[in-house]
Amino acid sequence: MNFWWFLLISVLKIAVVLFILLTAVAYTVLLERKVVGRIQNRWGPSRVGPFGLLQPLADGIKLFLKEDLLPTAVYKPLYILAPCIALACALTSIAVVPFGADIKFKGVDLFDIANINIGLLVILAVTSVGVYGIALSGWSSNNKYSLLGALRSSAQLVSYELALGLSLVGVVLRAGSLNLRTIVDVQATHGALSWNIFGGFQIVAFFIYLTAAYAETNRTPFDLPEAESELTAGYHTEYSSMKFAMFFMSEYANMITVSCVATLLFLGGWSSPLGHLLPSFGPILDAIFPVLWFVAKVFFFLFVYIWVRGTLPRFRYDQLMGFGWKVLLPIAIANIVVTSLWLGFVKPL
Amino acid sequence: MHLVLFFIFGGFCVAGALNLLLQRHPINSALSLIVVMTSLAVLYLLLGAEFLAAVQVIVYSGAIMVLFTFVIMLLNAQREERTHGSRAAYILGFPGAAALFAILAFIFVQNGKSLGFVDLSPSTMVGTHQLSEVLFRNLLLPFEVTSVLILIAILGAVALARHHEPPRNQSRPAGKEQR
Repeated sequence: MNFWWFLLISVLKIAVVLFILLTAVAYTVLLERKVVGRIQNRWGPSRVGPFGLLQPLADGIKLFLKEDLLPTAVYKPLYILAPCIALACALTSIAVVPFGADIKFKGVDLFDIANINIGLLVILAVTSVGVYGIALSGWSSNNKYSLLGALRSSAQLVSYELALGLSLVGVVLRAGSLNLRTIVDVQATHGALSWNIFGGFQIVAFFIYLTAAYAETNRTPFDLPEAESELTAGYHTEYSSMKFAMFFMSEYANMITVSCVATLLFLGGWSSPLGHLLPSFGPILDAIFPVLWFVAKVFFFLFVYIWVRGTLPRFRYDQLMGFGWKVLLPIAIANIVVTSLWLGFVKPL
Repeated sequence: MHLVLFFIFGGFCVAGALNLLLQRHPINSALSLIVVMTSLAVLYLLLGAEFLAAVQVIVYSGAIMVLFTFVIMLLNAQREERTHGSRAAYILGFPGAAALFAILAFIFVQNGKSLGFVDLSPSTMVGTHQLSEVLFRNLLLPFEVTSVLILIAILGAVALARHHEPPRNQSRPAGKEQR
């Protein structure tokens, strides 16, 4: 593998993935407003462009042109650093997500930025560092609503990270690897039947993961850190203009990453639900179809996110903590024990 | 390439550690500690211990330091005042620390081979299978002893933090106590 080819293709891949991710972020916001609008029996944005399709562009320009206020009492270095941490962590974790089949061009993977054998751990590590964005923003704003939001967020993230990590153990046990490509390959043998959620009997882990991930991304019904009825806007109360937009982008980028991980771990990643029933369509189409499957599954998860937001009310704080520690964590541990026993006795290595 | 990265992140690590001591605000110190932890993770990565590097970031930077910042934020700790420190620290502390460092360095340099070590390089650590073999077979005793140690720490924390509640007032209806 030539070094310069590697550099060129990597830079191209990063540019393309970032462009797609940021566009997806903008249009997820639009999708959310549209779908929540229809759930609440109204239209949602429909004025800018056909069906309101240019609304994200208008929002972007609005946020970009707004005055960037810097309140007097904030602790400046951390106040500026916090949104950067949040956004950087949210965008970094997409780097290890594989989007399509293992196709190499000049010895470089085409459909992922980095294929490393601890991919799953890297995603967990990067997202766990992302907490600081929220925690520091709340503290440095010098505002009681921000501080309360940040405290709630830190406590919530630390509590639910345990259940989240433990729910993934069953999947790792089944695949015997932390490499995301291997995990997908294990599920790709018999189409949808061998996906972890069905054939791997990880449906319990799937729901634990989904619940914990909603809490990790501060989404309804776990959006206590930014509960607007009690905390004005939570940790980003004092932020305006692009700094606010960075928090906003990082939240939606995190949603997309979580959807990608759920797709990879439980719904067979880019593998087709029909398995080998579909004939081969030639090398180019065979490379493109997996990406389409992947995007369709991620879209499904994003839709569920919005659907849940339009449906469920917010948890109370003690309910949130009780649910995380007394319900999700024991079920996740039980799932690990049962999966290990099953793998040990039924399918010895 | 590895050497350059080692010097960069070794520098970050030392600078973070110094900054940790020199900063007067607890939250800046906590952030410097995060820098130290994360650059240590990069150093592990350069040594080829990928799993250890990822776990270092998840456990130390991601979980333990979040609790540190959480407590600092919760107590709203202010800038600390400079003191000259106790005389005992100067007389006993610094020579003691220097002696301990010298002894440990001497042992590691002289008898590093006989202390026992685990090869965590990617060539031997292909998957979770090999890793769990190291953890749960070769290093089973240290692993279990560490878990018992953590259990003791948890019990101690619970015992220290438990409120000695006065007998509950029966006249007040349950669920409406003022917090």
